[in-house]
Amino acid sequence: MARIAGIDLPKNKRGEIGLTYIFGIGRSTAQYILTKAGIDFDKKVSQWNDEEQAAIRNIINNEFKVEGALRSEVQMSIKRLLDIACYRGLRHRKGLPVRGQRTKTNSRTRKGKRKTVAGKKKAPKK
Amino acid sequence: MGRSIKKGPYVDHNLDEKVTAINDGKAKKSVIKTWSRRSTITPDFVGHTFAVHNGNKFIPVYVTEFMVGHKLGEFAPTRNFKGHSGTKQ
Repeated sequence: MARIAGIDLPKNKRGEIGLTYIFGIGRSTAQYILTKAGIDFDKKVSQWNDEEQAAIRNIINNEFKVEGALRSEVQMSIKRLLDIACYRGLRHRKGLPVRGQRTKTNSRTRKGKRKTVAGKKKAPKK
Repeated sequence: MGRSIKKGPYVDHNLDEKVTAINDGKAKKSVIKTWSRRSTITPDFVGHTFAVHNGNKFIPVYVTEFMVGHKLGEFAPTRNFKGHSGTKQ
């Protein structure tokens, strides 16, 4: 029903939450948009009339970068780091955490599933 | 926290002088050897080659305009991990 920025918003959620289904809009941006459009936060997405939808669309189009455009911007920034071969770029390339976190343990989000190293427990006899 | 804008980007004074000298034509253009990994790359640096020390040897870094705003040290890795011994590729 309410289709904004190429995304179907969930009908039965409060407007404040519904807007966050758009990539690039979180809680505070959603609240800003609704305040500016003069819509109550608690109003369900399905209850927005056409004018209200248009107002929201307008604000998003004019002030925010969302969805595809935002995703490509993020990709471009990462690509820039890769191309200039700076430290952050190298970390992206290796799939390791970029911002100086420890890697001795944890950082599984970046490193992915644990890869067991065969024969690690017993040190080889010399 | 980032550095205050008021102070401007940090560049080691001696390095700044060398680059300015080359840009003004007072010195011959050459590779600038430096230990100053902490210096920010300013737009003046673009097109120069720096030999940045990584604690062991000097890594040649050719500065392009995309590198402006980064530090010289970011382009000369200090650790060079090639993998554990005995791990087969």
